[in-house]
Amino acid sequence: MSEQQIPTQLAEIRDDFLELELKNRLQLLLEFANELPELPERYRDHPDLFERVEECQSPVFIFIEVDNDTVQMFATAPPEAPTTRGFASILAQGLSGLSTQEVLDLSDEYPQSLGLAKAVSPLRLRGMTGMLARAKRQIRLKSIT
Amino acid sequence: MTIERDPAPQFLEFSHPERLVSAEWLEQRLETPGLVVVESDEDVLLYETGHIRGAVKIDWHTDLNDPVTRDYIDGERFAELMSRCGISRDTTVVIYGDKTNWWAAYALWVFTLFGHDDVRLLDGGRAKWEADGREYTLETPTPTATEYPIVERNDSTIRAFRDDVLTHLGNPLIDVRSPEEYSGERTTAPAYPEEGALRAGHIPSAQSVPWSKAVADDGTFRPLSELDAIYRKGAGLQDGDEIVAYCRIGERSSHTWFVLNYLMGFDNVRNYDGSWTEWGSLVAVPIATGEEPGEVPSR
Repeated sequence: MSEQQIPTQLAEIRDDFLELELKNRLQLLLEFANELPELPERYRDHPDLFERVEECQSPVFIFIEVDNDTVQMFATAPPEAPTTRGFASILAQGLSGLSTQEVLDLSDEYPQSLGLAKAVSPLRLRGMTGMLARAKRQIRLKSIT
Repeated sequence: MTIERDPAPQFLEFSHPERLVSAEWLEQRLETPGLVVVESDEDVLLYETGHIRGAVKIDWHTDLNDPVTRDYIDGERFAELMSRCGISRDTTVVIYGDKTNWWAAYALWVFTLFGHDDVRLLDGGRAKWEADGREYTLETPTPTATEYPIVERNDSTIRAFRDDVLTHLGNPLIDVRSPEEYSGERTTAPAYPEEGALRAGHIPSAQSVPWSKAVADDGTFRPLSELDAIYRKGAGLQDGDEIVAYCRIGERSSHTWFVLNYLMGFDNVRNYDGSWTEWGSLVAVPIATGEEPGEVPSR
């Protein structure tokens, strides 16, 4: 993954993780989990708009909004699934504000670059990879229609 | 047993009532010398959001699995882990966790491979503790290191490997996954990454009994009469049977292993931890699809 392909906000998140020792990376992930933005009022009563991420063992749902070619990602995950919430929060904060092309160009390997594989196991990171794949897919669908 | 068992009447009918404790019993005994509480979750961060006072965390993937070989840690590393957790060979260990104790049962099963004598489950796990409104803390304990002996794992009695399962065909097999995984339907939409095996379906002749049948809505184990209806009447298990249980990677089937072994008293139950991720990708072994168990293949 070359530097140019990673938008600044995602590169910053990655660097924040990599600067920390393994144990503290989990703590940072927990901070992300606690920061998962609340859904805006207009989506709170529309569970139908959200797509369930089957790759995650916990019920996580995502929704991509594209306005003027700018991406906003929303996600919900229960408090008893903080790892999943953390992954969703990284993507919601990292992808929101990017252009659709910037998100589509983002390497599918981004979740692997956060240095979390040893702390949370590669198996669990697949959930985040799945979320990213679904986010891209929603953008592609919205770009066609 | 270092600490007396929970005398709660709902456990008395089980074959090994000493393997279960109620939330009430545990709450009254927290920080009793000789007792260590362990949290083991599917969600690796859950412990950090709050846990039972004094509980230590054991992660199935990073603590119990060998980092290189697809196997459990060896006796030396288990001893290190126990020492770090403040557990001695005669400590009473009570394990609880999320997902209705899947990973708690899995950890308990691994403790049993190392012959740790007194290891119990908190009935209902994290969900019941929370539903009861009992307290959590953010404070992490700093256990005093122990001298835990180096004990070699004994895989011969409660663990089944793939060759054991091949030899076992014709005897009772319990598939504890969801009906969709059992029948071989796709569980994820096309074009999405799919975790698991090359083939979908089940081991021929395996009965489908999803793990969740064993628990009530609050996550506690069902009474013996209901378990009998599910496993004896429903799946045809009989006293004296040799039984193998499996799921996808062995965590849900640890839960069923616990039920069959300690609650119902079947004394020859093995958990096939290779489970469907191994069997469904294994060259030259048969599988069955659909809702029926299918025939035992001729050799």
